[in-house]
Amino acid sequence: MMKIAKEHLPRLFAALAKQIDLLLPAQQAEVVNFAPFCPDAEIDLTTLKTANTPKHFFLPQVEDLYTAAVNAGQISISAADTPIKPFAIFGVRACDAAALDVLDSVYLSDPIDQFYQTRRQAGCIITLACEKPTASCFCTAFGINPTEPCGDITTWLTDDVLYWQPNTEKGDKITELVADLLQLTDESPAQDISENICLPLDKFNPDNLLALFNAPNWQDLSVACIACGACTFVCPTCQCYDITDFDTGTSITRYRCWDSCLYSDFTQMAHGNPRTTQAERFRQRFMHKLVYHPANNDQYGCVGCGRCVAACPAGLNIVKVIKKLEVAGNV
Amino acid sequence: MCKPSTDLLIPQVGIITHIRQETPDVKTFRIVTTSGAKAFSHMPGQCAMLSVPGIGEAMFSIASSPTNTEFMEFSIKACGTLTDHLHRLAIGSHVTIRGPYGNIFPMEDAFKGRDLLFIAGGIGLAPVRSAIKYVFDNRTNYGHVDILYGARSADDLVYRHEIEENWASQPNTNVYITIDRPQDDWSGHTGFVPAYFADIGFAPDKMALVCGPPIMIKRTLDALLTAGFKKDQVYTTLELRMKCGIGKCGRCNIGPKYVCKDGPVFRCDELDALPDEY
Repeated sequence: MMKIAKEHLPRLFAALAKQIDLLLPAQQAEVVNFAPFCPDAEIDLTTLKTANTPKHFFLPQVEDLYTAAVNAGQISISAADTPIKPFAIFGVRACDAAALDVLDSVYLSDPIDQFYQTRRQAGCIITLACEKPTASCFCTAFGINPTEPCGDITTWLTDDVLYWQPNTEKGDKITELVADLLQLTDESPAQDISENICLPLDKFNPDNLLALFNAPNWQDLSVACIACGACTFVCPTCQCYDITDFDTGTSITRYRCWDSCLYSDFTQMAHGNPRTTQAERFRQRFMHKLVYHPANNDQYGCVGCGRCVAACPAGLNIVKVIKKLEVAGNV
Repeated sequence: MCKPSTDLLIPQVGIITHIRQETPDVKTFRIVTTSGAKAFSHMPGQCAMLSVPGIGEAMFSIASSPTNTEFMEFSIKACGTLTDHLHRLAIGSHVTIRGPYGNIFPMEDAFKGRDLLFIAGGIGLAPVRSAIKYVFDNRTNYGHVDILYGARSADDLVYRHEIEENWASQPNTNVYITIDRPQDDWSGHTGFVPAYFADIGFAPDKMALVCGPPIMIKRTLDALLTAGFKKDQVYTTLELRMKCGIGKCGRCNIGPKYVCKDGPVFRCDELDALPDEY
């Protein structure tokens, strides 16, 4: 374990930022988001939930795949040339760090997504333990300990000290960059075990897949959904993407961008659509997180960050879905 | 600094070297790479992503057999933005191609040494053709072959010339063709595939492969079960909207299965464990 006095944090960040691209939570126009370090940034280490998740840095919202030049029916293709520099993200919370495990299970499983893998290898995750959950937090329901986040380096912030614990080789290398600012210590940060939130998840397992899918509650649960997709875009684990074209005027850039299973054209085909109602699309989102993803990966596809709870203009959320399906007694 | 390789989503350029008008709205396109070679090797049942940049990209079953080492064929119905555009292309036009995607018909295990019953409706014969030609090119590995094929009308029968001239004369092979309703220039059988299947009365000792529109698959499966076939003797293919082809983009799932990766070939007993959402 290492530590640094809280008052010296600006020096630590400046020293890191000199040697690697450093992102950290900062106030920008009254919103807290991960932003590149700059000396006059309003760094915010108290807000638990950045508006955007660290997913942006590994699965960008929009990403070019290749360019196709089309001339008189003849096509030539050149792969996108997007250099990816090593970077570090400071202040990632336990839920968002766990969300990267969910993305890893999809994007790093065979066949590996090379874009994602390159960014994962280039990025160092420096997590920051949470002290007190917000009203919309429920990471503990999914077995995540907010006081012991994973990541390449784990940090804990007290009133006057930041404790620093490298966990991986990548974390060791970043630590070496600022070793002269860190002191070894035998102390360990006081970890208040934050309140454990329990959700009735027992029935959400692959054995109940058809019973949950066929539960009569989906219509009622989804009736207020306006299909805006806000929950999918603020979600640190939502992983679906679209591939489409941008006509630059001289060539076609094929890019991928985030998509939402809540949109009516998500599964639209020339000959029809397997999900014609919003209830079916709503069901897909929650079945994916609570049953389908666990069936394939032995982990829930939700980390309880609660961003969707705050983002939904219709007051819908996964907690309500879990509780309603549980008490409905049809599983 | 490193640059990502995008091998999985980046296609090759393909050239259309031959176009055959199968029906008023189905054409078969022969495609090779710009160096004249087959784009990649595959097995019956697998698919490829074809695209025209600026128009769209979609998954198509490969209608030619892996035993054809020179080119690939795709039989495509004009029914959407991309397929309509493909139908307007001339020989020599470029498209992009990537693949192969998906699992395969069990040609080398469950089908090997067995009598085979191929049942197809409409354009659903395209993936089945790959398996049928594979069997004919490896004839001693398989038993008796029955092919039951139906389309809306005589004009909508794909590969009609090939079926009549080649498939029907193969050793130890019976071909049964039907169209939905009688028409003036048709002297063959009329009626739907499931009913014709029941009339013929196949012994339930074969392995069956059924491809076609969802309703035809469901009705035919019922008829197969009535005739004494078990679900684990029957294979089919499913089709859903796809973007990546490698189980990442998240839109072709049926429950926890991704049709692009875990399918398109499913044994019918496997479908019982999946939600009815296809």
